[in-house]
Amino acid sequence: MTASTTVTEFTMPSLGADMDAGTVLEWLVSPGDEVHRGQVVAVVDTAKAAIEIEVFSAGVVREILVEPGTKVAVGTPLATIEVPLAAAEARAPVSPTRSVRVAKPPVRHLAHELGLDVESISGTGPGGTVTRQDVLSAARRAEQAGQAEQTEPAGRAGEATVAPGPSGPPTPGLPGTRPRVTPRARRTADELGVDLARVIGTGSGGAITDGDVRAAASAAAAAPETAARRAPEPSAAGAEPGPEPAGEPAAEPGPPAARRPAVRRSRESQEAMRAAIAALMARSKREIPHYYVSLTIDMTPALDWLTGYNADRPVKDRILPAALLARAVVVALATTPQLNGHWEDGRLHLADHVDLGIAVALRGGGMVAPAIMAAEQLDLSTLMGRLSDLVRRARAGRLRQSEMAGGSITVSNLGESGAEGLAGVIYPPQVALVGIGGIAERPWAISGMLAVRRTVTVTVAADHRASDGRTGSAFLAALAETLTKPEEL
Amino acid sequence: MNSQQARDAVIAAVTLVAPELDASSLEGSGSLRQQADLDSMDFLDFLTQIAETTGVDVPEDDYGEWETLDGAVAYLVAHG
Repeated sequence: MTASTTVTEFTMPSLGADMDAGTVLEWLVSPGDEVHRGQVVAVVDTAKAAIEIEVFSAGVVREILVEPGTKVAVGTPLATIEVPLAAAEARAPVSPTRSVRVAKPPVRHLAHELGLDVESISGTGPGGTVTRQDVLSAARRAEQAGQAEQTEPAGRAGEATVAPGPSGPPTPGLPGTRPRVTPRARRTADELGVDLARVIGTGSGGAITDGDVRAAASAAAAAPETAARRAPEPSAAGAEPGPEPAGEPAAEPGPPAARRPAVRRSRESQEAMRAAIAALMARSKREIPHYYVSLTIDMTPALDWLTGYNADRPVKDRILPAALLARAVVVALATTPQLNGHWEDGRLHLADHVDLGIAVALRGGGMVAPAIMAAEQLDLSTLMGRLSDLVRRARAGRLRQSEMAGGSITVSNLGESGAEGLAGVIYPPQVALVGIGGIAERPWAISGMLAVRRTVTVTVAADHRASDGRTGSAFLAALAETLTKPEEL
Repeated sequence: MNSQQARDAVIAAVTLVAPELDASSLEGSGSLRQQADLDSMDFLDFLTQIAETTGVDVPEDDYGEWETLDGAVAYLVAHG
């Protein structure tokens, strides 16, 4: 294999401007394992949360260099990966203009955070410069490639290359040797403590789907002797072997010990999270001249529509007002793209997609703001599913690297906490944060009459360097308008 | 479903969503959501879990009956 492969280092990524070191909690792969782009290979503990770390090159794990429990600086090699030479070439720039493509340091930093080689990304900026968007697009393609490989038959991997555009040479697909499991099914299995080796897949090509896992969990629940295994025992669950012949043990890359319920974080880690939040928020207030505009919006039509929508749907398919509001924010942003982007190098860089950051309060204190990438491509029910999944994983301390780095705007929804409004602090280098207060009945004047309506107060905090109050106001007007036509969301 | 089974199902579902919760400290007549610190997303997860383990899919109109642990248990006994 040595003649046709090259060895690359997989390093500790920086998962935010405020992170300089991380602790490897566990490895989900072993030497000799094949990995594909976007595959979660390790879990790293940072001040904010345990983050699932993805690889961005397909190949074979050669050596694990850092043992679990070890804290290392950002940039420290964690493992070596043997990459097929064809793939390595595919990652290399094909254009002879590569030497003039100089990425700005923040862009290089972002690429580094996401585990991408900036040299392998085609630039679309002036003179072929690699922009922040190019990096995010490359990361998104890499992640989609990873997901496709997990859900589609092996070999499709070649369709997604790191270089943008259809002209990039395809990488050879690596044959899959494990039963395929959809990412959602894997998470569900993790949550429910289901041993995937004992689940029969009914998806395409025998892939294990979310439904298969849930069916297996229900069957297990019905059998009294297995009931104890489902109890949320963080350390013991799954560590014991199943009573039935368990397929191939190696078939499941995520060790059962990966089940980590949303535990109360230790005082030290709470303090570390507090310090990380403090650093980021202080930086925001130091650097960003915030302005705020608010509007109280009549939510009654939207909520009535939602009640009708949810009435004939089972619990799992219902949509929450928070998802409806998030979707409305995404739609309204089309009228004011200046609020969706990043302030870097002294100017506003508009984002190509709405990577919707979601501020999530954690049990026991603290918060994180992971992003739903390219949220403008998701319809309402899909967005609800993603939101629910993101919040659950944030609280269980299992977020992904790409979710931690890429938001282009953030929504913070105080929901039922009782507060009327939220004038938030922008996440740098983003340029806006949409704060949503609680939905409450209020007196409301309509055409000279007084009525009682369910209303919500939305406050935009925006970066005055990037936009003016008029922009924030136009956004809120568009948001209110959007919410009068919930059926179009 | 008898009352003990219903109670077990509710406790199992709520501790799955709120693992740090000490179920023995739950007051039957107090607000379940407040005691377990469940926001709307958590509450939906909780009811999804109830639907999966008991087959009882609670319509939105009935959410009011799930305000307390006692209410939830009574609901499951009546509908399960």
